[in-house]
Amino acid sequence: MKRFIVRRVGYAALSLVLLSFTIFFFVRVTGDPTVLLLEPGASRADMEALRQQLGLDRPLLVQYWTFLSQIVRGDFGQSFYYRTPVLELYFSRLPNSLALAVVAMTFSLVIGIPSGIVAAVRLNGWWDSAGKIFALLGLSVPSFLVGLLLILFFSVYLGWLPSSGSGTVWHVLMPAFALGWYFAAAHMRLTRSSMLEVLGSEYVKLARLKGLPEALVIAKHAFKNALIPVLTLAGINLVLMVNVAVIVETVFAWPGVGRLLFEGITFRDFPVVQATVVIGGAMIVVANLLVDLLYAVIDPRIRYGR
Amino acid sequence: MDASAPSPAHTSRALSLTLAWRFAAFQTARLPLVPIAIIALFALAAIFADVIAPHDAQVGSLSARFRPPAWVQGGSAEFLFGTDHLGRDVLSRLIFGARVSMVVGFTAVIVAGVLGTALGILSGYLGGWVDQVIMRVTDAWLALPALTFAVFLAAVVGPSEMNIVIILAAAYWTRYARVIRGEVLSLKERDFVRLSIVAGCSKWTIMRKQILPNVVNSAVVLATLMLGVVIVTEASLSFLGVGVPPPKPAWGLMLADGKKGLMAGYWWLTVFPGACIMLLVLAANLIGDWLRVKFDPQLRQL
Amino acid sequence: MSGKPLLEVAHLSTHYVAARGTRVTRAVEDVSFTLNAGQTLGVVGESGSGKTTLALSLLRVLPPGARTVAGAIRFEGEDLLAKSPTEMRRIRGKRMAMILQDPMASLNPLFTVGDQVAESIRVHEQASRRSAAERARGLLRSVRIAAPELRVREYPHQLSGGMRQRVVGAIALACEPRLLIADEPTTSLDVTIQAQYLKLLRDLQREHGLAMIFITHNLGIVAKMCDTVAVMYAGRIVESGPTRRIFAAPAHPYTQALVDSIPRLGDGRSRLRAIDGQPPDPAALPGGCAFHPRCPDVMEQCRTAAPPVFSIAADHTAACWLRR
Repeated sequence: MKRFIVRRVGYAALSLVLLSFTIFFFVRVTGDPTVLLLEPGASRADMEALRQQLGLDRPLLVQYWTFLSQIVRGDFGQSFYYRTPVLELYFSRLPNSLALAVVAMTFSLVIGIPSGIVAAVRLNGWWDSAGKIFALLGLSVPSFLVGLLLILFFSVYLGWLPSSGSGTVWHVLMPAFALGWYFAAAHMRLTRSSMLEVLGSEYVKLARLKGLPEALVIAKHAFKNALIPVLTLAGINLVLMVNVAVIVETVFAWPGVGRLLFEGITFRDFPVVQATVVIGGAMIVVANLLVDLLYAVIDPRIRYGR
Repeated sequence: MDASAPSPAHTSRALSLTLAWRFAAFQTARLPLVPIAIIALFALAAIFADVIAPHDAQVGSLSARFRPPAWVQGGSAEFLFGTDHLGRDVLSRLIFGARVSMVVGFTAVIVAGVLGTALGILSGYLGGWVDQVIMRVTDAWLALPALTFAVFLAAVVGPSEMNIVIILAAAYWTRYARVIRGEVLSLKERDFVRLSIVAGCSKWTIMRKQILPNVVNSAVVLATLMLGVVIVTEASLSFLGVGVPPPKPAWGLMLADGKKGLMAGYWWLTVFPGACIMLLVLAANLIGDWLRVKFDPQLRQL
Repeated sequence: MSGKPLLEVAHLSTHYVAARGTRVTRAVEDVSFTLNAGQTLGVVGESGSGKTTLALSLLRVLPPGARTVAGAIRFEGEDLLAKSPTEMRRIRGKRMAMILQDPMASLNPLFTVGDQVAESIRVHEQASRRSAAERARGLLRSVRIAAPELRVREYPHQLSGGMRQRVVGAIALACEPRLLIADEPTTSLDVTIQAQYLKLLRDLQREHGLAMIFITHNLGIVAKMCDTVAVMYAGRIVESGPTRRIFAAPAHPYTQALVDSIPRLGDGRSRLRAIDGQPPDPAALPGGCAFHPRCPDVMEQCRTAAPPVFSIAADHTAACWLRR
């Protein structure tokens, strides 16, 4: 058990280092951020001064080392553009992203779980076919297109919902649906297959052999067991939602972390890009690590496995 | 996926996240004729764009801005699907946009496929430190959502079609590497591979002659399944303005332009490119699912 | 125990239909037998011979795709095939219970043992939570589980394999059924625990006057447990009769081969005899007698016509041309 934990944590840490390394070098390879930070016509001396001030004149490895030791201390530097600490900027946006993700998750579960269960119980029936079409659409229609179509229908045609911005409950509905769309299909699919697995299990067979009413078999014996993997995935997906919302947030001008990343990219704001991507990656790595460890606690086969 | 993989479970979960919930939507033995027809249609449009397109896709006339589609009041037969904010013909841009999507999509899928398959074979067959290195890198790259990674890379290397292909390949090769490695691990234990080892074939010969032909099926199926994902990602990047550079007509770009006219009610600028993306991706996914069920029993349960 | 038998099965056929009716698997074909109260019938055969499908047909809990297409099942004088699903549900677990092939997986990991034992009592007898829990403790005691008042609150993973097995037995006996169907209940157990469990089943059977159908591929168990034996091959009963007779004078070449394949102590040659060939694909049975490709005594007739059931002695029948 101990060895397992140590190895998993080690892998996670290694992933993070590789990730930060990749990101750092890609950013530095591309070009000179001072060009974007200074007004056109700035003198060469101004540029040099800025480069020095930002530490861009030092060797890459030194820069990376500084970067790494800083992020370990939780210091992601100053935003070139906003001139405020990046971490502060990040945390000012994070609540918006979380709010969006939570609503999107609610949508995806409220749609995904019941439809997945019905599809599994009525296997190959009408509901199952509808579910298959839905799952296919969830995969094939990108979230930003869903967002645009929602705007077209609810904002332009019906005039019911605000097309962008934040502030009220009404603002969050469309971006959350657009974001949750893809995940609703994912959760539906997983609920369906998980439910099918459970429905084929010996204990459900025994529950039927006991003469329990079918409704009780499904609601009590199957549902609870089928939900475990779905909720696990939902946990990871919540973290993922915060980090893949960049497009939906751009469509709806939602002031979340994704929007911050996009601004950082547009303004070539190194620290912002680095921070959002590194923190995002770290969140996902940690979430996965937690799930792995949790499973190890639950499942003895993993615990004592190699 | 495979219990012997000495790598964190989260990566296989990340993979299953993208693949696991795909449906063999309508599992029949019949050829998916409609999806094939759709792909063929787009392919023809892409190939003969110069011949078919009624207008110039990149230059319009400002006097003909925001014309609605022909069948709507105020539309004319000259611009069947209307015109955009620069007076460019939407239909012509859609036709040339098909070229961008098809070329970028297919090239990226192939580049990613070749790279990922090669690394997957090396990783799975050689094992040891090679496997460790490749799998650690795969893990780290899989930790980021592919879209975020692609957006990040795109912003960094700057917009061009060539760069998009590289970015998409960089973002997606890991999927192939994982799946192919898993298959190689089980192939390695099979008799015909062991026989070749006993017969004294070199590692490279075995990888080329015994392993590669046996994973090609999976790689092709995976590539078809990835095609839709890659096309969506390209459209997303272009939509964000870090993909295909304007004024080239990419569907994602058209959507981004269309968004500007959305609140004014110029719906055709959003609906038509959106429908094109949807149809192409839907068709690719349906064919991919069909191929998977037909040719690749291992991927079937993904 | 005089008069009518407890269970009468006549010409029962259950088929699996796949690919829109183009592929029909005759998993159970024209099966007839009777079982008296308090008696044990052993159903023997290789895997795929239709034993489990037969059991599931009796309880009418067939998997999707399977259907009982012909025959009759009379249980305590009632025609089970004429029952509505709700009526059938009231019989399952109440008057007729079953122990599954893999008792280890038969318990739901998320509910306590007590809850799972009490469940069928509450459903079938509308017992209160309290009295059902009380009965559950008594049941666990009767299957020789120590400290049942503690065990009821435990979850399946906290119990050993043998104990879980007893719990499954307790669930089956919860509502005092008249018939217990045990589908290879001991295959996943250690030999010592196997013997204990079989003894427990026999004791319980005696105490409750239970009739049992014991499905197994292990003839050793049959010899110990069963009054009568039915040998199944490719969905049909090829031979049936009293256990002693079947072992002493098997009438069908397949039974003969099965009996010969039991390893015996003191068999100087110590050579195991296996049955040649593979069990047939139930979806593509050979014409004539299904056993003919493997039969050592095959005759011309066997290839063309399926043999009817011939009576050899009182209660002893065999479906083989040799016994005409």
